Amino acid sequence: MESAVAYIGAKPRPSTWAGPIIDCDVHACVPSINAVLKYQPPLWVETTRERAWKGPSTASIYPPNAETSVRSEWRPESGVAASDVSMLQKHILDLTRSEYAILNCYYAVESLRHPDWAAVLASSVNDWLIENWLEKDSRLRASIVIPGRDPLAAAREIDRVGSHPGFVQVLLPVRSERPYGHRYFWPMFEAMVRHDLVAGIHWGGQTDGAPSPTGWASWHAEEMAAETQVFASQMTSLILEGVFQKFPQLRVSMLEGGFTWLPTWGWNLNKKWKGLRREVPWVNRLPTEIIREHIRFSAVPIDMGPPAHMRKIIEWLESDDMLMFATDYPHLHDDDMDDLLAVMPESMRANVMSETARRWYRL
Amino acid sequence: MSSTAPNNDAKRYVVARKDEIAEGGRIIVKVEDQEVGIYRLNGKFHAILNRCPHLKGPLCLGGVVSEVYSPMPGDIRGNPSKLFVTCPWHNWEFDVDTGQSYWSARGPRARLFPVEIEHGDEVTAELESGSVGRVPGPYKAEVVPVSLEADYLVLTMRGIPRS
Repeated sequence: MESAVAYIGAKPRPSTWAGPIIDCDVHACVPSINAVLKYQPPLWVETTRERAWKGPSTASIYPPNAETSVRSEWRPESGVAASDVSMLQKHILDLTRSEYAILNCYYAVESLRHPDWAAVLASSVNDWLIENWLEKDSRLRASIVIPGRDPLAAAREIDRVGSHPGFVQVLLPVRSERPYGHRYFWPMFEAMVRHDLVAGIHWGGQTDGAPSPTGWASWHAEEMAAETQVFASQMTSLILEGVFQKFPQLRVSMLEGGFTWLPTWGWNLNKKWKGLRREVPWVNRLPTEIIREHIRFSAVPIDMGPPAHMRKIIEWLESDDMLMFATDYPHLHDDDMDDLLAVMPESMRANVMSETARRWYRL
Repeated sequence: MSSTAPNNDAKRYVVARKDEIAEGGRIIVKVEDQEVGIYRLNGKFHAILNRCPHLKGPLCLGGVVSEVYSPMPGDIRGNPSKLFVTCPWHNWEFDVDTGQSYWSARGPRARLFPVEIEHGDEVTAELESGSVGRVPGPYKAEVVPVSLEADYLVLTMRGIPRS
């Protein structure tokens, strides 16, 4: 299965890293609505059947036959990729010998507008994750799935399962109805802090918002590239709305949004804050200081440029405790982790491969 | 000018008659080759070099604002007794009492000078002895005239920074 792990340079692990690995972003895919119906009250099972609803579709953001959605080596002969813990074990965990991997199940719950039904659907996905993944492999931790259009219902779901030791994070699709910093969402963040959970802002989201800050992309390639800007928008919103003053214990992970944009965006934010801070007086220190304390980034995609330039970007992060290794299984990224490790100072390598995630997720 | 002392010695200048600056007002005077804003704020006079320590913008052409702070989002507080000048270039705020930049105690500071109120007879004596100079404002044609009856603003400058 050498070719199955080409994401780290066609080797089972980065060849230049012999230490522990924590994979902060792997996916579990609900194979069909039938898989989660058993965790729903009969009324909602009946509702699903009455309407012949097949469940949410993630096909528009993860086109099923695209390599970027599922690397060909990881496509099962039948059924849905990454839909069973045995696939994850065989394709990733056993080969990388990851100490832990954090499961993110993006099921587009927010595409269902019915508020009560969406809450039930989210609960059923979480119960499915517990029984079929968390209880099947002690290396796994997971993100709680929430009904993203209803922050109060999201808070209730976080309270329902938040004390389960397998859950370390709450999955927030990066495309949301409105920026996550808005006070409207605060009950949700309050619940995360109550259970000491990370807010994991991850690629995806099927509310009505466009996949770029300016509108709908014509092309899938454009959407793939533009979504980075939504990560920047969400980060800006969280900082300027004062979420980290309101919830000083809150930790946020930016997952699958890249990181090469962070230094220059940070300079931009710092500069605007110095001159315009009167409008947002709760922001009482440099935005980049807030980022270093409250936000971490998965090292996916790496968006690797020439090594000399990457070395500068790493230096401009001004922290060796900012990035976390991830495979993003089963999605395809062309990045070679060895290339990134090669441009990092020695002090940063252990953090990126395992220790930052270990501290961040209290593993 | 009355003094030939080195640049880093204190020099004093009559810069304006006290009643020339109304409450909340500001004038800019030129002392040797430096522009200095003289402000009357909450009854107190302040003298600030018209050069922002950030990128040398014309600091005194910006605004005067009171402190805005917040312990928590949704709880915005104002402190009208604490005032800042804002640079017109990047809107950085500088404390009129300390020169400190609001966003950083370690950051560059606006340059402040002492300014005192002296009565005309005192000023006249000082002018005659040569211990005080007088300067024309950049927007006025003549040198500050001094009469015995009025109060005057006397600016002390030390170590005048180069442009």
